[in-house]
Amino acid sequence: MEELTEKLKKEIIEALNLEETNASDIDTDAPLFMEGLGLDSIDALELIVLLEKKYGLKIHAAKEGKKVLYSVKTMAEYIRKNNKG
Amino acid sequence: MKENLIIKDFCKIRNNQIFRNGILLFHDETLANPALFLKSAYKYFNLSYPKFFKMDNLSKLGFLATEILLKDKIKENLLIPGETGIVISNSASSLDTDRAFYETISDNSNFFPSPAVFVYTLPNIMIGEICIRHKITGENAFFVSEKFDAEFLYNYVSDLFKLNKISQCIAGWVDLLGDNYDAVQYFIEKGKNETNENVIFEPENISRIYIK
Repeated sequence: MEELTEKLKKEIIEALNLEETNASDIDTDAPLFMEGLGLDSIDALELIVLLEKKYGLKIHAAKEGKKVLYSVKTMAEYIRKNNKG
Repeated sequence: MKENLIIKDFCKIRNNQIFRNGILLFHDETLANPALFLKSAYKYFNLSYPKFFKMDNLSKLGFLATEILLKDKIKENLLIPGETGIVISNSASSLDTDRAFYETISDNSNFFPSPAVFVYTLPNIMIGEICIRHKITGENAFFVSEKFDAEFLYNYVSDLFKLNKISQCIAGWVDLLGDNYDAVQYFIEKGKNETNENVIFEPENISRIYIK
């Protein structure tokens, strides 16, 4: 799980062009939006694309997206649970 | 004494060089493309605005030119965001980013349209980025023309002042396509030509600054 969260942090940094952020700056449990990294709605869409592109996972409902994209931890848990690759 | 429109400051970014009021502030001829040059300039000028890295290259270019243009105005608190207009034109529109977006949708087996790229597929988004940064809410307009047109810029900006829509204006040309880029921005406001040192905002001076 730790390996996955570290990989995910690097992928998030690359996908969202978080140029001045290192993986170690991202708190695994902290909210990604509003606080924490302060991401916005376009970033949310970009994270949805990331999940589909890298892990073949589609988020269909907005409600589900909100829970999955809450933190790096919730994203990693979602990947671990659903990724068949 | 009659009030004229004065070019208070101007900024030019071309050929890996950045000039403000004719003075070279930064250059790095070793950097191979605009993305690297703009990133290097961002770091050199110590700009603290992480959103810069999310912008497309056209917005980065326009944003950077404005940051350098407004340097003193911001420091001295002389910018009036509610009365500042922005009038920018270029020839390539947002084609550079349009192509980047097309890349994300051109292969059916790798079809992942990027929302973050898509939002920049309009050239006036650059103006939006500048407005957000400086809370500017005055009139703004973006025009696409084959080449820089000093006469048009003069007429349009002058009309905005005449109609009392603005009391300050950021105007100019911000163009980028692939490795080619060119940005010139002027800061214009009303003023009395008391010392004859002021550069009057008129087509001849606009062209002279652009070409030189």
